[in-house]
Amino acid sequence: MTTDRATGENLATKITSALVAVLAAGAVGAPTCAKTIEVGPGPAAQERLQTALIDAKPGDVVRIAAGRYDLVDGLSLDVSDVTVEGAGPERTVLAFDRQKGEGEGLLITSSRVLVKNIGIENPKGDGFKSNGADQISFVNLKVEWTGGPRETNGPYGLYPVNSTNVLIDRVVARGASDTGIYVGQSRNVVVENSRAEFNVAGIEIENCYNADVHDNISTRNAGGILVFDLPGLPQMGGHSTRVYRNQVVNNDTPNFAPKGNIVSKVPTGTGVLVMANRDIHVFDNAIDGNASAGVMLISYAESFDDPHYNPLPREISVHGNHLGRNGFAPTFPGGADLAKVLGGTLAPVFWDGVTAFTPPGAAAARSETVRLSIADGPVVDLNLVTQGASPLGARPTVTRALGEATLVEPAPVRLPEAQLRRAGPQ
Amino acid sequence: MTRAALAAVVLAGALLATAARAPQSPVDEARLLSDEPAPTLGDYRLFSDAAARHPNGERVIPYDLNTPLFSDYALKDRYLFLPPRTKVRYRDTGALDFPVGATLVKTFAFPADFRKPGEKVRFVETRLLIHRKAGWVPLVYVWSDNQNRAVLQRAGTRVAVAFTDAAGEPRRIDYQVPNTNQCKQCHELAGATSPIGPKARNLNRAQTYPLGRDNQLDRWSRLGLLTGAPESSAAPRLPRWDDPTEAIEGRARAYLDVNCGHCHNPQGMASNSGLTLTFEETNRSALGVGKRPVAAGRGSGGLEVSIDAGHPDRSIIAFRMASTEPGVLMPQIGRTVVHAEGLALVRAYIAQMRSGDTRGPPRTGPGHSD
Repeated sequence: MTTDRATGENLATKITSALVAVLAAGAVGAPTCAKTIEVGPGPAAQERLQTALIDAKPGDVVRIAAGRYDLVDGLSLDVSDVTVEGAGPERTVLAFDRQKGEGEGLLITSSRVLVKNIGIENPKGDGFKSNGADQISFVNLKVEWTGGPRETNGPYGLYPVNSTNVLIDRVVARGASDTGIYVGQSRNVVVENSRAEFNVAGIEIENCYNADVHDNISTRNAGGILVFDLPGLPQMGGHSTRVYRNQVVNNDTPNFAPKGNIVSKVPTGTGVLVMANRDIHVFDNAIDGNASAGVMLISYAESFDDPHYNPLPREISVHGNHLGRNGFAPTFPGGADLAKVLGGTLAPVFWDGVTAFTPPGAAAARSETVRLSIADGPVVDLNLVTQGASPLGARPTVTRALGEATLVEPAPVRLPEAQLRRAGPQ
Repeated sequence: MTRAALAAVVLAGALLATAARAPQSPVDEARLLSDEPAPTLGDYRLFSDAAARHPNGERVIPYDLNTPLFSDYALKDRYLFLPPRTKVRYRDTGALDFPVGATLVKTFAFPADFRKPGEKVRFVETRLLIHRKAGWVPLVYVWSDNQNRAVLQRAGTRVAVAFTDAAGEPRRIDYQVPNTNQCKQCHELAGATSPIGPKARNLNRAQTYPLGRDNQLDRWSRLGLLTGAPESSAAPRLPRWDDPTEAIEGRARAYLDVNCGHCHNPQGMASNSGLTLTFEETNRSALGVGKRPVAAGRGSGGLEVSIDAGHPDRSIIAFRMASTEPGVLMPQIGRTVVHAEGLALVRAYIAQMRSGDTRGPPRTGPGHSD
């Protein structure tokens, strides 16, 4: 309000708004007798924490006091409309150094849950995970493997999967042997104001529909920001991701992922990597100091037997990015030769030039119309043409820009009002 | 101990023994259906004795499965409590259709020596899965050291268990009692808690009863406990994982179904992996053959695919079954030691697959009987 001389009408409006807010809260199932369950450090912390997470009723807050909690099993929450909050990611630390069971630090399988102000250290598996959750918010958290980048670290720091309306805000992830902040097979996703470093991949959006990844810092990983679509999964055909206003800089930690995982193939020194997917817009990012490439657009190169899968990146827009020094020492096989051919350094933006693939069971490769709009360059096009072709057959050409398709930017992701209210100021 | 105190103990023991033999009130159905779980297992009166060795009445029905879940070698006593005047409805696939009030009761126990499995048996926990109006609810009761009561334990715990194994070797395990969320993680199907074990195909087996051998499904039908079931010979049957007279493929598929298929199921918690290990699955790739991992992390063990046909050493499934390391081991819950016999079976199943085999999956789908 700009004036305190509230007229009767203003007051009525205020009261109505308040009523609406109360009713809206009721509509999502938050009862009026919500309580706060306090848990502090000390003996039997494992049992007290897990009991609190089981006892919580919709509307409750589980408040974990400052302190270090040495836990031997993962924790889980299966009650909807609950807030789990600590005293800050450096003050409330759930330490899993002696973990004996369960893959996750904290697993959430219920909806309308906010997790905030908590740190997790050294989980044997993933840090914070949600599976099958709607309106899941992870705010001001930290997950760290304190021994630095190691193959034996857990795969994901933050791991919402099979979820809808996912908010990740002000999170720090360090040391994941796969991805610091990974969102898989989810819809309506926002990853913002977060920092991912010393992971194999910093941030990854995989098999998702509608994601905004913005204002994050992804640095000192093997790869900065990945947008992937993989075959053979329940949610497939990833599309509509905007990657903007991020700093994707100095991703130089040698890839330490265990073999077999797709990220183990991400070349060390990759900035932004788009594999398969459609309607991906990469803009207004600062991308600098990534030795293999600034932006890579590539097809899924393995064989697949999913008849509905499209392995090509298409409808891709790259514009308005600040591209610093990238592609100066490519680490992928054939990269050095390629750089030599191109005069010592790879162009900052890199497309494999694949426009055709053979669907499973089909006799011949099918050509696709791949529409690109890459305004930032120079761009190297490997002209590999057919999916699965050996990079040794590349016929690279370099142009200032590539493709002039008019591509409509995906609409901004809008999360439900109630979720944003619960999560607090962004 | 003074002589007087000793006499008091003896007297108390005699009273308890008398109480155990006296005719008892029936199972407390209201208690089972109440939202507030009872603090001890005894409160439900599912058993006529405090030690839970004797089911209370003929509506607490013992049963057994062709292929059970492996739980660190625990022996399991299984009972179905069926409220009076209710019946179970037959279903060909999935768990049978149980009426409200039905309760599955499963006790996990360890004998001191697996070469004498009937002697010195220690109960560790008894799990209930109660069918309430709003759905199935899991509860876990942990047995006291003196074995006279089992107390509600919702947050899970660890219990040190020592025994001599079947080969005569001493073993110590850090047995994991699950918390109620973990119960739900395995029992969740399409978002609702559901029974896993009592499917027609897994109950379809001969059992020894006081009056001789009988097929479990046929007997339940005859006693009026089960309705709508065909003759057992026409019902699907899951192979016994440990019956050497059955084909390796069927045994291994049964083992994977029971130990993995509740989660690795298109409607289960691990659906996001794209790996489906149910008995019904027919797609080779979904069953793991040549399938690349999605979110396995170090669980891949540096291997490329879930199953490399013909090569168990190159198969992630065998690698994860051989691990006891959290974050690597599978199943994630309910196992802290390697099931050597189960692992050997799955390895044999992978080894006998021909690489480049394009015949499709082993023919062990539902309805197949051998």
